[in-house]
Amino acid sequence: MNEIKSIVKVGIADVNIVTAPNTIRTTGLGSCVGIVIYDLPKKTAGLAHIMLPDSNLAKQTNFNAFKYADTAIDNMMEKLLENGVRKFALKAKIAGGAQMFQFSSNDTIRIGRRNVEAVLKRLSKYHIPVVASDVGGNCGRTIDFDPDTGELKIRTVSKGEAII
Amino acid sequence: MNYNHLSTIQLDALREIGNIGAGNAATSMSKLINEKIDMQVPNVSIIEFDEVMDMIGGAESLVVAILFQIQGEAPGMVYLLFTVDEAESLVKHITSNSKQRLFHEDGTCNDFAISALKETGNILAGSYLSALSDFTNLNMNTSIPHFSVDMAGAILSVGLLEISHATDYAIIIDTKINDANLKNGINGQFLFLPGPESFEKIFRALGINENE
Repeated sequence: MNEIKSIVKVGIADVNIVTAPNTIRTTGLGSCVGIVIYDLPKKTAGLAHIMLPDSNLAKQTNFNAFKYADTAIDNMMEKLLENGVRKFALKAKIAGGAQMFQFSSNDTIRIGRRNVEAVLKRLSKYHIPVVASDVGGNCGRTIDFDPDTGELKIRTVSKGEAII
Repeated sequence: MNYNHLSTIQLDALREIGNIGAGNAATSMSKLINEKIDMQVPNVSIIEFDEVMDMIGGAESLVVAILFQIQGEAPGMVYLLFTVDEAESLVKHITSNSKQRLFHEDGTCNDFAISALKETGNILAGSYLSALSDFTNLNMNTSIPHFSVDMAGAILSVGLLEISHATDYAIIIDTKINDANLKNGINGQFLFLPGPESFEKIFRALGINENE
């Protein structure tokens, strides 16, 4: 069977689901965090690109749930379960959470780290182990996940490509 | 406030702000490099975050960015964006040294070139914002220049974070300036992202009522 592979794209403050042989990608993660949750035997994965740690910070009443770590992960879990993943088999890989500019004093400075902390906290609530991560630093990342192999490919401008 | 319901007058006012700011910056740039500088009519866009990245060539495209935080009565951010080639021609021109590159051959940053770029950015953003500040009579101070060369998505999301608590759209006042003598290839792009709380102040300062 010759299936055509396609790349599912995830924008900023967005969530999507992929099954093999397709792969899933999000580009230009800075302080944002890309979260992959996958069921390897089922060859199904979800990818979220979140911007902010906590939906309680929202100043809007009707906000985009994919923008925040907590609500985006909740939402992605629902979608994954609809796609037949098994809770016990789920694993996660995360990347991003960089600090792009060295601001002197501001809440925004550590937003990358706060995003990562919020993601880890939410994942532990679902008892999903984080098997690999590439977070922090000061560079942008583009990530590709292949649900067939469970490999997360990370590309940066200065350090090229790495697989975790 | 609802970003999607700006009146024509309000949009015109924002465009005029871009015009005045960039006009002043273009004059500074022209003096600095001793060349004629053209500027384009500013574009005011109310767009989703993803579209912001598309505006400058997609989230993965490499940009040279000098970012300034605006403090004072109308907080926000100003980006001065170049491609690597544009930034290098600017550095070469300013330092009168055609050998200056942004990076050394071993891939490390050329601090001298970056410092020259930051200072240029300082002058340009300073004249952009002082023109705005005079025009609106609002107090606006710029931070020190923050420099980065990286993916557009990673760089621009920094500015979007500030507003993303309040909205899913950004209002971007986008102005391009370029060397009239195109072979030098010095183009720059100003992106002005006023904070969500700044619009009302700007409009009020200009005597535009919200419901006009």
